Amino acid sequence: MQTAPHIDIQHGAHEQGHEDLGFWRTYIFSTDHKVIGIQYGVMALVFLFFGLMLMLAMRWQIAKPGEPIPFFGPTMAQIFGDVAAKGIMSPDLYNTFGAMHGTIMVFLAVVPLGFAAFGNYVVPLQIGAPDMAFPRVNMASFWAFFVGCVIMVASFFIPSGAAQFGWTSYSPGATTTPGDGQTYWLIGMIFLITSSLLGAVNFIVTIIQLRAPGMTWFRLPFFCWAQFVTAFLLLLAFPPLETAGVMQLMDKLLGTSFFLPTGLFVGGNPADISGGGSPLLWQHLFWFLGHPEVYVLILPAIGMVTEIIANSIRKPIWGYKSMVYALLVLGFLSFIVWAHHMYLTGMGTKISTFFQATTMIISIPSVILLTCLFISLWGGAMRFRTHTLFALAFLPMFGIGGLTGLPLGFNYSDILLHDSYYVIAHFHYVVAPGTIFGLFAGIYYWYPKMTGRKMNEALGRVHFWLSLVFMNLIFMPMFAQGMAGMSRRMSNGGASYASDDGVIGLTVEAIKSNTSISHAAFALALAQIPFIINFFWAMQKGEKVTSDNPWDSTTLEWQTPTPPPHGNFDKPIEIFRGPYEYSVPGHPVDFVPQNEPDKKN
Amino acid sequence: MDIPFTTKARPDTGLYNAKLGIWLFLASEVMLFGAFFSAYILLRVGADPGTWAHGLMNVPIGTFNTFVLIASSVTVVMAWAALKSRNYSLYRNCMIITIMCALGFLVVKSFEYAEKFRHYEVWMKDGSRMTGHIDYDDGGVKKHAYFWSTKTLIKKKIESISFTSDDANQWAPGQYYPPMTKEQLEHVKKYADKGPQHHAVVTIKSADIQRLSAFVPAHSTFFAIYFTMTALHGVHVLGGAIVLSYFLFRGRKMWQTDPDRFINRIEVGGLFWHFVDLVWIFLFPIMYIL
Amino acid sequence: MSDHTHDISKHRKTYIMVGAILLVGTLLTFALDHFESIDLKKRAGMLVATIAALSIATIKGGFVAGVFMHLNDEKKWIYWVMGFTALFAIGMLGLTIWSMKDIPGQGNQFDRTTGLPIVEKVSGK
Repeated sequence: MQTAPHIDIQHGAHEQGHEDLGFWRTYIFSTDHKVIGIQYGVMALVFLFFGLMLMLAMRWQIAKPGEPIPFFGPTMAQIFGDVAAKGIMSPDLYNTFGAMHGTIMVFLAVVPLGFAAFGNYVVPLQIGAPDMAFPRVNMASFWAFFVGCVIMVASFFIPSGAAQFGWTSYSPGATTTPGDGQTYWLIGMIFLITSSLLGAVNFIVTIIQLRAPGMTWFRLPFFCWAQFVTAFLLLLAFPPLETAGVMQLMDKLLGTSFFLPTGLFVGGNPADISGGGSPLLWQHLFWFLGHPEVYVLILPAIGMVTEIIANSIRKPIWGYKSMVYALLVLGFLSFIVWAHHMYLTGMGTKISTFFQATTMIISIPSVILLTCLFISLWGGAMRFRTHTLFALAFLPMFGIGGLTGLPLGFNYSDILLHDSYYVIAHFHYVVAPGTIFGLFAGIYYWYPKMTGRKMNEALGRVHFWLSLVFMNLIFMPMFAQGMAGMSRRMSNGGASYASDDGVIGLTVEAIKSNTSISHAAFALALAQIPFIINFFWAMQKGEKVTSDNPWDSTTLEWQTPTPPPHGNFDKPIEIFRGPYEYSVPGHPVDFVPQNEPDKKN
Repeated sequence: MDIPFTTKARPDTGLYNAKLGIWLFLASEVMLFGAFFSAYILLRVGADPGTWAHGLMNVPIGTFNTFVLIASSVTVVMAWAALKSRNYSLYRNCMIITIMCALGFLVVKSFEYAEKFRHYEVWMKDGSRMTGHIDYDDGGVKKHAYFWSTKTLIKKKIESISFTSDDANQWAPGQYYPPMTKEQLEHVKKYADKGPQHHAVVTIKSADIQRLSAFVPAHSTFFAIYFTMTALHGVHVLGGAIVLSYFLFRGRKMWQTDPDRFINRIEVGGLFWHFVDLVWIFLFPIMYIL
Repeated sequence: MSDHTHDISKHRKTYIMVGAILLVGTLLTFALDHFESIDLKKRAGMLVATIAALSIATIKGGFVAGVFMHLNDEKKWIYWVMGFTALFAIGMLGLTIWSMKDIPGQGNQFDRTTGLPIVEKVSGK
């Protein structure tokens, strides 16, 4: 590998390191991948909290339809006006919150946290790069994201309120619903998509081009592989949604009929449009992104969990190579399964069989990933820290989420379960106790690298156990509710469909569990308090790390100063071994950093 | 440490960062325009007979604009080749031509758009349809109406419009318009075809009009996708022209200090420019010809 | 692109040649449509006209991508990326078309006022 560029560049970097950029360039309009990563992380955590709050308001309405929301009711009445009169949530506001909960959680919280925040902070460190390949593009990506977020949040405060038509924004409903909420949503999405595209280009170039000398593809930590595949998914799956977004925006603003069919009636009157459009086209373009997006949510978390499990069990990951291949197959297949979200649109048998087959095939690589991680645990010399607990909990939770997806992938069982609470439970098992546990694990794990202090272990365990219990109390009963026939998007929790015998309509038990689920949801929110306290407390008062490598890890991000300076590594770095060389026989300590030269040389 | 491979190629990939970056960006652009082309095909295949408003474009102008973009594509690659042989003045001339072509393309396009915005189709309540122009009297001055629609007629309480119809040949079967019954054809000819002199001015009562629309995106799915795609393409042309202008006006300094990096920049900018040209090469036949 | 540094003047000639080919292709497309005597749409039908116009466009696009964008001689990473992109773009189009073709009851006629399908009367009774 070429070393010459490193040496003469070293000189230039030395001068740059001493350059004082001032507060704005250092912390706000920074081009440093670590600062940008933290910016993304802070924004994403705020939105994670925001999305949770929207959910709590909805859960209140589901459990106690028509009753004023305690504590926040009067404030909501002030902000939202008529739709929240007297603090009671109207069905319109419920729709708004539902749509925005999905949008915010997916596009503003989980993807930015898993992909952008951790990706930005950790990937360049793990591959031994001084920064991302295009630092200024990286900054542009963050600010495009920021603008998108501002537009999304601003839409809550316009007179007609935010978008109401679900995070999927199906036309024609999304187009013909009066008000500007959907317009804001679309413009916001176009910014978010642009941000993702810039980010994805940057990640791919960084991982291909900026790997330190000796960092071959199969010495790459699994987290980087996960980010690499995720970036490709974003790069190639997001543009069709941008297309669809532009087209829906045209429908909304200029009166075109891309997604509006001929003979459309709105409010009992024929719509003044040319017609000739196709509502199904929106669904195809949306789900062409929508399905890969699920993997965009989950893959970074799997990557983090892999890193953390390897570190906690003190032995190499079992089947690292097969995991990488599984990941690549998963990425490829995720582009050709999308229409399993659309079985009920009147698809014919041949095409739904095709999508059913690809959907079943894609479960194979997912199972390989999970199985490798489970087998890795065998015979491990476990070190239990909070991040270990979260990473371990991720495995069964993601497993439940994945396995309960199979009935949804078969078209005949999907006919029953489609659009029910079963879908909500399945999806949230993948993303909430799945991905978000992975993200929490990542936060606890990399916090010392970012701040130089560890988070409190006792608070962390309280946070973990309460979250684990309440997550399951929320989502496990939803499977039963869904199978009992409870449809999603009902603002009164199905009260109007109640029946005593449960033959036609919903059973009493199914409706009763609304209340217990809501209680669990409020408890889950309270369970996040230890985390929030811990997060801020540890910044000032947390236990200081005594070395740059507090978890005795092998990967490169722990071989830098803490926190890493601008330019990351204080000397040119070279890689000699794979990512998970823990407990190597005959080695004095139970880990061998990737940049430690072989003794023989 | 500074970021490696900004100028020199990484030995194992043979690429410098920006080149891989622009190709990845172009990959996403392929998906973006690919989705648009897919939408075009699906909307067109799914269109009811006689609702795909093709055959209304000005083909010679479209051809001219294609020439312009192709010329700019040649000159931009020549500019890069000129730098490769260390000929800055040739580079500069080529770049100037490229940017002039880009601006020329946009100017032609905007005139083309404006022409469409005052060109109308009227759907009569008896089922006949015709295209043409609307003139109105603005304080004694005859003016072309822009952007009128059925709503305009209602809002401005217009009782009748003065409609200059296009050539009646448009009603030939197989064109945009669906085959008509003999009675309908006669009826249309009564309005539009005054024998040898076309462009007959007729007065149409608003009460007889089912729908009126200029050739704006709302006119039909054809114009919807035509305007959306060409406008998006136009944004790409404009963006490319801005970047290339930056290379033209600010390039000299970098050429003197870091010529290799400057050549790379021109190559990357050129790749984007060729892609814009490539998109137009497909847009031209599907929008203008077919 | 260091391998292109030498014989750059030869390349210049190639570029101008390709430019000329592109112009001819454009003129041909124009001619197929413009002149009554060869108006393909009318004389040979829409399908032939479409195939002809898109074939010319593909050839032109191939020259731009191959020669101007140097895709005829690129690094393997770019081939991989663009190959997968092309595959996914074709998959997006192909599977969407397939799913829109494979809709049971698609040929049904619908009543414009009621929106209900018009059921053909069963004959013979």
